[in-house]
Amino acid sequence: MSANPKISIHGLGKSFGPKVVLDGLDLDVAVGESVVVIGGSGTGKSVLLKCVLGLLAPESGSIKVDGQEVVGADTETREKVNRKFGMLFQGAALFDSLTVWENVGFGLIRAQGVSRGDARRIALENLAAVGLGADVAALYPAELSGGMKKRVALARAIATKPEIIFFDEPTTGLDPIMSDVINDLIVKCVHELGATALSITHDMASARKIAHRIAMLHHGKIIWSGPVAAIDRSANPFVDQFIHGRAEGPIQMQVRA
Amino acid sequence: MIFLAAIGRVFIAFLQATGRIALFTAVSLSHCVRPPWYPQLIARQMLDIGYFSLPVVGLTALFTGMVLALQSYTGFARFSAEGSVATVVVLSVTRELGPVIAGLMVAGRIGASMAAEIGTMRVTEQIDALTTLSTNPFKYLIAPRLLAGFTMLPLLVIVADIIGVFGGYLVGVHKLNFNPAAYLKRTFDYLEFVDVFSGLVKAAAFGFLISLMGCYHGYHSEGGAQGVGRATTDAVVSASILILIFNYGITEIFFATR
Repeated sequence: MSANPKISIHGLGKSFGPKVVLDGLDLDVAVGESVVVIGGSGTGKSVLLKCVLGLLAPESGSIKVDGQEVVGADTETREKVNRKFGMLFQGAALFDSLTVWENVGFGLIRAQGVSRGDARRIALENLAAVGLGADVAALYPAELSGGMKKRVALARAIATKPEIIFFDEPTTGLDPIMSDVINDLIVKCVHELGATALSITHDMASARKIAHRIAMLHHGKIIWSGPVAAIDRSANPFVDQFIHGRAEGPIQMQVRA
Repeated sequence: MIFLAAIGRVFIAFLQATGRIALFTAVSLSHCVRPPWYPQLIARQMLDIGYFSLPVVGLTALFTGMVLALQSYTGFARFSAEGSVATVVVLSVTRELGPVIAGLMVAGRIGASMAAEIGTMRVTEQIDALTTLSTNPFKYLIAPRLLAGFTMLPLLVIVADIIGVFGGYLVGVHKLNFNPAAYLKRTFDYLEFVDVFSGLVKAAAFGFLISLMGCYHGYHSEGGAQGVGRATTDAVVSASILILIFNYGITEIFFATR
């Protein structure tokens, strides 16, 4: 663990009404490290990401990005910090009203003031990096398959050359082969950018592939964290149950919310 | 006690909604007056609200003017005041029916589509994606719609006024056998600037309300397709009700003391 983590989360708490979702969560992500947070559905993985991104306001705790506190920060600080971020959304979240290349170039045009011509060129480069040709660039998101949407979304997330990239369930809804393609692309892109990555997933194959370190979220806390290689000998019954996908074990799935 | 509690719950919910809308309005307005603006997006909304609403607003205004002439003629004939038909038509259309009919039609057309579009963007995380791409959704989605609604409705109402008066003229001259020159003279003799102006003030207010309700309900929609459907309904219903309430208020401000 480096002395100055890229992202440092301490005592993060967030509840919705009486339901406590995050309960004093601690997590550090070092510069250039890829951390994958695993955990069952509804354990607050998405909430964790949204708190870091500033889409949700946590009730307690602190989140520091490059040492800068972002919990309760004003809009300007928030926007400045957000410029370091790239995000791949679970459902791709491409803008329907814009073409593929306009989607990829969106952050460049809006936030970095790049001209449309240059943005288009950079967008095409990024599309090529995720294995999509120039013929796709003029299509609208509605004309793409699920796997292609994810690739476009990945291209959009890396187009602004972010220092930190978040991946929200990058392989959900894809077939195993396409999942592996996306995983490979994620590893390649993160490596080429030298970016720090924080991902959430419940797909163990994906987690093993893209993570340097895996952290398990349960009951609003990180209950185990360690290098990918150590996950099979964690000696933690919760982790064991999760990675082997057993219904029986210490984790009781709430069938009813 | 349960009955009282139920009343209290409704009342508190109403106050909460009012507060949320007030805050939403304040934030939206602050983005309307601060740069950067997105001229391209404003222009597109203007085209959508102003130009593409013309057929619907024109048709309703035409038939409103026509029926107004016919109704007032048959009504006024009972006390031999048929001569006032032209005046009644022009005053009713410019002061009241032009802005209200245009407002209600645009509320159905534009308010619904805004709520559906922004609502879909909300539930598919596109609004979150905007934020992560360092683009403020209020600036990018909401301010252009408010500005376009506020500016385009008065223009639409000018068109509606003209077509409405023309509808009255058609019925007056071709069906009720008024002399065309006399009808037109009657139309403009009693028309004052404030009649048209009050209608345009109403239109600007209605345009703002329609966009505001469309954006507000869309922005706060949740829960997938059903939530977007609810947002659409809420946007149209609340905009329509607010239009009628504000219509009375603005009328009172302009004409109560006269």
